Amino acid sequence: MARVTTGITSSHIPALGAALETGNWKNDYWAPVFRGYQPIKDWIARPENMPDVVVLVYNDHATAFDMNIIPTFAIGCAERFEPADEGWGPRPVPDVIGHPDLAWHMAQSLILDDFDMCIMNDMKVDHGCTVPLSMIFGEPEEWPCRIIPFPVNVVTYPPPSGRRCFNLGDSIKAAVESFPEDLNVHVWGTGGMSHQLQGPRAGLINKEFDLNFIDQLIKDPETLSKMPHIQYLRESGSEGIELVMWLIMRGALGEKVKDLYRFYHIPASNTALGALILQPEETAGEALEPRSVMSGHSLAA
Amino acid sequence: MPDKKERIDIHKYLAEFEDIPGTRVFTAQRARKGYHLNQFAMSLMKEENRQRFLADEKAYLDEWDLTDAAKKAVLARDYNGMIDEGGNIYFLSKLFSTDRKSFQFAAGSMTGMTQEEYAEMMLKGGRSPEGQRSIKGKY
Repeated sequence: MARVTTGITSSHIPALGAALETGNWKNDYWAPVFRGYQPIKDWIARPENMPDVVVLVYNDHATAFDMNIIPTFAIGCAERFEPADEGWGPRPVPDVIGHPDLAWHMAQSLILDDFDMCIMNDMKVDHGCTVPLSMIFGEPEEWPCRIIPFPVNVVTYPPPSGRRCFNLGDSIKAAVESFPEDLNVHVWGTGGMSHQLQGPRAGLINKEFDLNFIDQLIKDPETLSKMPHIQYLRESGSEGIELVMWLIMRGALGEKVKDLYRFYHIPASNTALGALILQPEETAGEALEPRSVMSGHSLAA
Repeated sequence: MPDKKERIDIHKYLAEFEDIPGTRVFTAQRARKGYHLNQFAMSLMKEENRQRFLADEKAYLDEWDLTDAAKKAVLARDYNGMIDEGGNIYFLSKLFSTDRKSFQFAAGSMTGMTQEEYAEMMLKGGRSPEGQRSIKGKY
């Protein structure tokens, strides 16, 4: 049967994609971020860790979904998804190759489990989906595994509650485990961490909130999942609400997890960036060395 | 009957958003107000539309059912003004991307700081949440 072996979280800041495309990833501003991701890239490149399929949870940033259609939870069931033109021309990255058998199976299973999924066939994917792929797989000719894009609305209010996201993760786990083929499946939760992109309060960063969020995500996601939207907005900025998507990843890993790696960096453009590798405790591998990396201004007292 | 579900009071839920300093949450009310402005921004995902817009911005905007305030804000690249008219930053990103500008540029432009000051603030750890969480509570 298929299994959810790993949860990864990653920021999906468009500036990371731009840093790769311009070669700026080597400069003093961006190099610490790419250094912090290197252990994830090395870890995932090992054959025993390479997923067959990634269920990639992200928010569409007014790309595939404009004001006409706003699904709360959607799942990409197509054979392939092209990178979208978000105003700069499409990102020069490979098409995302889906896994329609698993995706359709998940869609059916989730609907039977009371999550009314929106099934997407013709869909372009934006930086929310492709930037985490670039950060974790680098710049290959083709992505090394199948990817099921899983967009969540966090743009038009109200987004789903943390609770609902956490429960959805649990249903994703059940859906994957009822798929007969033997597949190593990852669930990635992307976006965050604290940031605000609008209004006079733009630029808000809350290191204390972010680090507590990571701790609680690992140790007590049940309690974390009850945090109301207003608290995300007050504490982590208006776009920090993306962090509810990390709870989908966490819900898919079961009760206890081991953190193999944690990375936290301030600032990446307007945001605080966080990246984690988590595995269900009973099947967890070795933690990376070092296990926790902080860089940039996050090191300041 | 199963146990009664604990429900969120929608009026309280929405009212709390107005208590966050310097922030406009993209509620249904704003989404309705900004519908045409946001759809205009979406149109800039096509290269031919970007070309046409840049060649004659005013004429392009006249093709859309926009308020005068929205048109003025677009022409002035006044992002706070566009958000007041119901614009959402992810939709408006198509406009600043058409201008070859970044999210950091657009976000910085809304703070009253210069680009240099904003970049410097981010390098020093960003804007502190202290005193920025609640208007009423002042915390």
